[in-house]
Amino acid sequence: MKIVQGLYYSKDHEWVKVEGNKAYIGITDYAQHALGEIVYVEVPEMDDELNATDVFGVIESVKAASDSYMPVSGKVVEINEELENAPQMLNEKPYESWILLVELKDQSELDNLMDDKAYEEFCKNKSH
Amino acid sequence: MNEIRKTSLFEKHESHGGKIIDFSGWALPVQYEGITIEHESVRNFAGLFDVSHMGEVDIIGSEAFDFVQNLVTNDVSVLEEGQILYTFMCYPHGGVVDDLLVYKFNKDHFYLVINASNVEKDFKWMEDNIGEFHVKINNISDDVSEMAIQGPNAQKILQKLTDTNLSEIKFFYCKRNVAVAGANCLVSRTGYTGEDGFEIYLSHEDAKKVWDALLAAGKEEGLKPAGLGARDTLRFEASLPLYGNELSEEITPLEAGLGFFVKLNKSNFIGKEALVKQKAEGLKRKIVGFEMIDKGIPRHGYDVLAEGKKIGFVTTGYAAPTVKKNIGLAMVDIEYAKLDTPIEIQVRKRIAKAKVISKKFYNKNYKK
Repeated sequence: MKIVQGLYYSKDHEWVKVEGNKAYIGITDYAQHALGEIVYVEVPEMDDELNATDVFGVIESVKAASDSYMPVSGKVVEINEELENAPQMLNEKPYESWILLVELKDQSELDNLMDDKAYEEFCKNKSH
Repeated sequence: MNEIRKTSLFEKHESHGGKIIDFSGWALPVQYEGITIEHESVRNFAGLFDVSHMGEVDIIGSEAFDFVQNLVTNDVSVLEEGQILYTFMCYPHGGVVDDLLVYKFNKDHFYLVINASNVEKDFKWMEDNIGEFHVKINNISDDVSEMAIQGPNAQKILQKLTDTNLSEIKFFYCKRNVAVAGANCLVSRTGYTGEDGFEIYLSHEDAKKVWDALLAAGKEEGLKPAGLGARDTLRFEASLPLYGNELSEEITPLEAGLGFFVKLNKSNFIGKEALVKQKAEGLKRKIVGFEMIDKGIPRHGYDVLAEGKKIGFVTTGYAAPTVKKNIGLAMVDIEYAKLDTPIEIQVRKRIAKAKVISKKFYNKNYKK
């Protein structure tokens, strides 16, 4: 399982990459592996204001639909439109395939997330 | 009861990297490499499934035929020795207890193959309906391992392991005491994928050996182990029903569009009266195929709408791997069952356009 340094991680297996007051959000290698082959990604609308733990989208694998949750609060400023035609990118390159870009509402919420080491430990415990 | 059970092939699933899930109380692989890969491999080459969770019941006795004929909706009298029939057991109100295969070994011996999740319910149902019939029914589910080899290369692969001429086993026929890799097996030309193939019944002791022998024999022909995920997408594309989705206590075989397997002219069977009445009065709802027009994948249980009101529910839906469309089966009010009728699917918070299409999503490739 791949984990990237310098990102923040949620217990729901989303990753957050902060750039200034904005953050890219995607799903982790652990998540894509658990979901299986991803065939469709449902994303929010531009300018949607979402709170941490809100459902921001639905990721559908061959077998089922799974909700994805906001790791932080923010306003949607960009959607990764490539995923519409190539949802399998989430399987192939989970850390390069961001799903949405948000303007952070409260930087201090990042303190509630894990760093790569803590996330690695979290996944280990989960698989036991 | 709630303890998870392992088939005799459990170690094999782990060693092939199977992703194990709890399926009706059985630890079984949902996939190995991936559902789509396994699905395509069955359509184009061959796939090997562990279906040991299925239930088997022996019906033996001088009135075995009369008992089975009363129990199921299809006409068992047409069966030759070694022939197999797809049919239903129904409740008196016409809802389905289970769908099953009836194997006729001889006039005093029938062999029923039932769904894993229904074994206890089905067996009790059979016992409760013995009535005056001189018959012994034995639930032998715990003693039998079963695997299915499915796909256009299935016969070629299996033939490498047996002296029995497989081309002599016709579609929906079986042969007993077939030696496969030295193991004594019941082999039938049946399956649940829409492709040619065989189902192999054998002892737990022999199962691992035969599994390994098949995979080795099928290496060149592209045989791969396949999981429950591919089993479901394959059967769905071939429009084969699944108990708990297209069939249930609340759904009759006629509503499921499977009237062909219900012979209402038979002298008697459990549920006949209700089904005769339903046919005479006309169906009020029916299972149809549909295709998404808007984006979104329909899923089991989603509401179906038309003109702003609920007219039914999705029984199965997928992004179908071979057909490459987002399609589903749904139970809808009869006035919306015609081909090309516009309907809507409630995909979570969104209403997505769809239309009724033929259930023949995929043309089956059986060797008749």
